[in-house]
Amino acid sequence: MATKQIIHGVFGDEVPMMEACKKLRASGIRIKEVFTPCPVHGLDGIIGVPRTRLAICAFLYGLTGIGLATLMMWYMMIHDWPNDIGGKPTWAYYFAVPAFIPITFESTVFCAAHGMALTYLLRCMLVPGAKAKNPDPRSTDDKFVVYLELNDEQAKKAEAILKANSVEEVNYKGTIHIEPAY
Amino acid sequence: MHAESEIREPLILGTKTYRQITDDIIAPIEGKASKGWYVLLTIFSLTFLWGLGCLSYTIGVGIGAWGSNNSADWAWDITNFVWWIGIGHAGTLISAVLLLFRQKWRMGINRSAEAMTIFAVMCAAIFVMLHTGRPWLDYMLFPLPNQFGSLWPNFNSPLLWDVFAVSTYFTVSLVFWYIGLIPDFGMIRDRVIKPWQKKMYSFLSFGWGGSARHWSRFEETSLVLAGLSTPLVFSVHSIVSMDFATSILPGWHTTIFPPYFVSGAVFSGFAMVLTLMLVVRKIYKLESYITIKHIEYMNIVIIVTGSIVGVAYLTELFMAWYSGVEWEQYAFLNRATGPLAWSYWCMMTCNVFSPQLFWIKKIRTSILATFILSIVVNIGMWFERFVIIVPTLLRTFLPSSWNTYTPSFIDIGIFIGTIGMFGTFFLLFSRFFPVIAQAELKTILKSSGEAQKKAAANHKHEGVSTH
Repeated sequence: MATKQIIHGVFGDEVPMMEACKKLRASGIRIKEVFTPCPVHGLDGIIGVPRTRLAICAFLYGLTGIGLATLMMWYMMIHDWPNDIGGKPTWAYYFAVPAFIPITFESTVFCAAHGMALTYLLRCMLVPGAKAKNPDPRSTDDKFVVYLELNDEQAKKAEAILKANSVEEVNYKGTIHIEPAY
Repeated sequence: MHAESEIREPLILGTKTYRQITDDIIAPIEGKASKGWYVLLTIFSLTFLWGLGCLSYTIGVGIGAWGSNNSADWAWDITNFVWWIGIGHAGTLISAVLLLFRQKWRMGINRSAEAMTIFAVMCAAIFVMLHTGRPWLDYMLFPLPNQFGSLWPNFNSPLLWDVFAVSTYFTVSLVFWYIGLIPDFGMIRDRVIKPWQKKMYSFLSFGWGGSARHWSRFEETSLVLAGLSTPLVFSVHSIVSMDFATSILPGWHTTIFPPYFVSGAVFSGFAMVLTLMLVVRKIYKLESYITIKHIEYMNIVIIVTGSIVGVAYLTELFMAWYSGVEWEQYAFLNRATGPLAWSYWCMMTCNVFSPQLFWIKKIRTSILATFILSIVVNIGMWFERFVIIVPTLLRTFLPSSWNTYTPSFIDIGIFIGTIGMFGTFFLLFSRFFPVIAQAELKTILKSSGEAQKKAAANHKHEGVSTH
């Protein structure tokens, strides 16, 4: 059973924090997570966060929206009860389609936006009643917290790197036990 | 760090740090409300109650309680609906279009503008739901498999498009707004001490933690939602305009309507944002974040959209003359010189002439002048909708059905009531929700903060500390 130290490197500014992250990564230390009060551009590349695929989801939800609206209006206006309203007959879909464009568009936006928002919330497990995910409450205010889980040897190395990059605090927050994978 | 030209004026005044931004934005939530807030809340909630009374009366006795008659079957209700929907356009425009254009000044105002949008659309919904006459049957607006008759709703009709457009707009704006609010609720949750506040904000914050992965998804979601909302904003008011434009009434049957309505909506929306922001920055001491520069930028948007509206009015007049259609010509002659000419000239003065004053820098950077003109613009935009709807309907093809129109006591009561509802909701919002998107604001502190810009100008490469 491996034991790892939980370390919080607390920074007061994003510039030294990013510098420290770069050096930690260069020395082969895995950065578990970084908690910041605001989005920090360029950080993802440094700590190795892959680009999110949420936009692809939104595109697929949008296609779903187009499909649903088309199906709905085709069924109601063309298939189930064709009609001639004000000299605008709905005998065939291609014939009546200009009038269906606005709702098709709205439905696309509706499905893409709500689908993406829901996916985003669930992917981040942001749900009503969820526990706060930041380990240090100051990280939503003005502190940038680098969160590490390291063995003793790496911990010493990491502390030295953090201290060399004007970290404000290095907090040891206990240990976790990790069962080896068989 | 992204550097910015020295010539650009700072968007955050004073020597602010990350901590100070937090403190300033949480101050109205942590502190006690002022007397003024209670006084305003009382006034607004009483008018809201009065409006509710008038609404209940209408539901009880039917829309015979209104001033609408056989000719003016759309009158006060649809005027107010279009007015409120128009006001509701600025919020999403600010947060979506300005996000796509990377305008940093949106960050001081986007949160309140979006809140305003949501409340304005709620007010609009009241009118459009009531004008059907039997609001308890409004579910028939949706394409439900129906046992009421054997027909589906008519998808050729812009009125049905409107149902979809407005409900999409409302729900998407709400979600966009809430997703932006989550990080700020997280900040409040970590700051407040009172147990009930802690409980409330930890529920509202959905467990936000601000990890790098979450921020990256947050930004992607915001960007895509902005990209989706931008055409949505334009589509909604275009569709509202098609409620009129696809009819055969002279004065309504105009292809210029969609762009003209959209710019009118942005025009009135920005005016309402200004009215509210000038009050908010004063009451909550947010002058460092909603600066004179912000006000000036919004006034510039008002000049542009106001001028588009002005050109549209003149184009309509020209086309009426040039088309040679006498019905069309009479419709416009009637608007400008008929029995309701006073409302036409009120609209012209408020919408076309008064915003041109903003060409003068002294006026567009003056808080008092901006406040007065923003209210003038909103009055003008209300009259625009009134002029389009009422005088046109009073003089249609059959002279025997020409009529006059006076709103009833109930009509006026419902309108005043929606203003009360809007005010009540906005006051509650500004007291319990973060009125500025503080997390986003923190991202521009280094490039657009006054002290940080000065330090950069003095070639201090290490920059000013932000804490």
